Amino acid sequence: MGNVNSPEKYKSDGSAAGGLLEWVDARFPLVSLWKEHLSEYYAPKNFNFWYFFGSLALFVLVIQIVTGIFLVMHFKPDAALNASGVPTAFASVEYIMRDVPWGWLIRYMHSTGASAFFIVVYLHMFRGLLYGSYRRPRELIWIFGLLIFLCLMGEAFFGYLLPWGQMSFWGAQVIVNLFSAIPFVGPDLSLWLRGDYVVGDATLNRFFSFHVIAMPLVLLGLVAAHIIALHEVGSNNPDGVEIKKYKDEKGIPLDGIPFHPYYTVKDIVGVVVFLIVFAAIVFFKPEGGGYFLEYNNFIPADPLKTPPHIAPVWYFTPFYSILRAVTSDFIPFLWLFLGGVGLLSVRPSKLPILVKLGYLGFVGAMFVLLGVPSVVAGWFGIKLSAFIFVGLEAKFWGVVSMGASVLVIGALPWLDQSPVKSIRYRGVLYKSALAIFVVCFFILGYLGVQPPNPARTVVSQVCTILYFSFFLLLPWYSRIDKCKPEPERVTG
Amino acid sequence: MSCDGKVDCSRRRLLVTTAAIGGVGGVMVATPFVKSMLPSERAKAAGAPVEVDVSKLGPGEMMTVEWRGKPVWIVNRTQDMLASLPKADSLVSDPNSEKPMQPAYCQNETRSIKPNLFVAVGICTHLGCSPTQKFIAGADSGVTPDWLGGFLCPCHGSTFDLAGRVYKNKPAPDNLEVPPHTYLSDTMLRIGEDTKGA
Amino acid sequence: MQAGAGKGDRMKKMKKLLLTLLFVPAIAFGSDTELHLDHAPDKSGDQAALQNGAKLFVNYCLSCHSASYMRYSRLQDIGLSEAQIKDNLLFTADKVGEPMRIAMQRDDAKAWFGTAPPDLTIIARARASEFGSGPDWLYTYLRSFYRDESRPTGWNNTIFENVGMPHVLWELQGIQAKDANGKLVLATPGKLTPEQYDEAVADLVAFLTYMGEPVSEYRKHLGVMVIVFLAVLLVFAYALKRAYWKDIH
Repeated sequence: MGNVNSPEKYKSDGSAAGGLLEWVDARFPLVSLWKEHLSEYYAPKNFNFWYFFGSLALFVLVIQIVTGIFLVMHFKPDAALNASGVPTAFASVEYIMRDVPWGWLIRYMHSTGASAFFIVVYLHMFRGLLYGSYRRPRELIWIFGLLIFLCLMGEAFFGYLLPWGQMSFWGAQVIVNLFSAIPFVGPDLSLWLRGDYVVGDATLNRFFSFHVIAMPLVLLGLVAAHIIALHEVGSNNPDGVEIKKYKDEKGIPLDGIPFHPYYTVKDIVGVVVFLIVFAAIVFFKPEGGGYFLEYNNFIPADPLKTPPHIAPVWYFTPFYSILRAVTSDFIPFLWLFLGGVGLLSVRPSKLPILVKLGYLGFVGAMFVLLGVPSVVAGWFGIKLSAFIFVGLEAKFWGVVSMGASVLVIGALPWLDQSPVKSIRYRGVLYKSALAIFVVCFFILGYLGVQPPNPARTVVSQVCTILYFSFFLLLPWYSRIDKCKPEPERVTG
Repeated sequence: MSCDGKVDCSRRRLLVTTAAIGGVGGVMVATPFVKSMLPSERAKAAGAPVEVDVSKLGPGEMMTVEWRGKPVWIVNRTQDMLASLPKADSLVSDPNSEKPMQPAYCQNETRSIKPNLFVAVGICTHLGCSPTQKFIAGADSGVTPDWLGGFLCPCHGSTFDLAGRVYKNKPAPDNLEVPPHTYLSDTMLRIGEDTKGA
Repeated sequence: MQAGAGKGDRMKKMKKLLLTLLFVPAIAFGSDTELHLDHAPDKSGDQAALQNGAKLFVNYCLSCHSASYMRYSRLQDIGLSEAQIKDNLLFTADKVGEPMRIAMQRDDAKAWFGTAPPDLTIIARARASEFGSGPDWLYTYLRSFYRDESRPTGWNNTIFENVGMPHVLWELQGIQAKDANGKLVLATPGKLTPEQYDEAVADLVAFLTYMGEPVSEYRKHLGVMVIVFLAVLLVFAYALKRAYWKDIH
């Protein structure tokens, strides 16, 4: 940073405010930060609708933190029954809704904000798929973003246990039990996470700590890193062209405009529109048809009574569907699919030959060891037990698949081999693949809220394959896709 | 709005107007959050008025009840105790109860509604300890031989007379607080509610 | 503003999406055990109905079911004065600011009824499902009890099979029986005609709905003001954006 006498330091314009600013700026890089990140951060001038969701995500984060701070003033993370036989945590939420002045509004803002956060973040991520925002040199922004997404899912999961309703309790019970599927360490891991043999007061208190302190701190750090990484390389745009390629004599990109005031004033419009939709839900439909505030969660947690349907909150359902889709019958198809990926994507890639051989060998071995025995046995009417390979149940592969479905998003920068970034110049293959991906994502989401039946399971299995195909076959179809030439300058 | 040719006047006006509307919105949003920190219905219910039956309180006796988490004394003062009050007028720092430490209907010589029944919050106005009763006149530990009777705070030595008035040159700055109270009947006292029409 | 090519491709994508979505419902929908619920009349603005419902609740329900998040004093919302609440409704507490708790201990309740009667403060929110709203469920439930000698209480319910609750309102409704086709018929009339009973239940359900979220009317009223304000702010914010962006072509 410059010293007190360097030319970049702010010099007072004679006013009192100017004097104060000069004093601060000599000791803290306030003016240079302002310039670097706002008034002289040059963003492409052709940002469209899809570019609102980044600042909106930050805005929702602020809403959640502020409403969260005020909720914690009154919420009690205690599973013990109070004098009326109701768990204290559950009763404290109704206390907020009725006895705390305006508590109902703060609670509804927080519950609506949680769902709004995921809607905004999914749309924000989708923008990346549309315009190739994850492409070089923006891979690290994408990875920070994926980490934010993972932490956000964790934050929501921990937060959902706190009201201590039936859905809170049983959802947490099911998900923590999933960890017990991990071989060898699973059951002990679940015990360690829960702090008890079943989800109970110990779990509630530590999830409170994670939700209120641990995760928010991590999230804030990751969001800062995400924005710093973005500002280091500059923003992408709907045409996918690099605006830094053409600069004027002062070094300012020809197609760039200062973020402040242009995008600050535009993002304010975005915020107001968002607030209108947000207010409509908070004031008129806070339950969100049972999706934002689930009906079953108005019943206090009862460890002895399992509700008929346990489903995660709507924003987890696509990934939950993938978890449920992986049955022992399905596993051979999974490995077949991975074989196809090997042939189409891995073989022609630039990966080292040893990696390629290793991949194909591994997949082949898995298919033979896991798939063939159960399929052949099935022909003879013998149902092989769920323990297919060295104690690895289908449940385990389900958890692996669910984890992979989230992590594969992070691999996009390296999977995409297209010469162009933006969908505007891509060929029909990518556009179709993206459309299919979106449809599958919605179908998986819908199926995740429903109780399973054989027909739905098949549909979710097909959609799982299609979901993974979008990513894992991308090296193949992005290379053979017929693209249009990218323009040199932005088109608007 | 003074703006010259260097600044876009209409844009400046629009900016100020939008900022003003946004500011109003900001205040409107902040209000529920600030108000949520005020006492809740549960706190208000717990702090609701307390009814006390004083029929069994003999002359010279004191009882303590809880109201809003604080101890409230009720002293049935004898004639001698009441007679000692004028003698303390020159010794206490606020003999006419000019500071607002009591409701208007208790701004009198006895600092009470009924002369004999003294109702006060039993918390020293210095730093919050609860004074001990020293009703008997004369020498005793912590008080001089000319002691007229009243209360002595053990923490820092503040003394109060039998109407809760603080003595001069003591750490406590104010007389003992007299809470709002009213009589539902001769023997039923309701602490936490003002006497109507007083 | 967009390049023409981009827009055309977007339309193609939209069409594909819509086409595929049309086929999904056929495959994805399954069947769950159906519940046919009657629609509870909306009496949310009717103070007389809500007061009658409060009276029914306190007289019939509060002996076994607590409403421990609801303070008696809140009933001033529905037009009752503190004095009226104290004189007519304050059965299970001394002060009007206290919540509607009950004296029955949970363990005793479990022993007597098989399961502790649930707290009813937010039952109207908890009973919503894909078959209907919470009030619909409650309205149908309270009118679907029938005589069943095989049950310990002597009562069963077509909406809630083998329920542990007896038909506390039987004197008002009379006694229903289930005929050969599984339909309910009134075997013995009660103090009220079927229409009067339906009205009484509607009042009680309206009260339970109100009790589930007493602030709901105010919430909606405030919501209108907030959205009107935001719409005004939007007009100015958008004009401000245009004022700055006219420099950029």
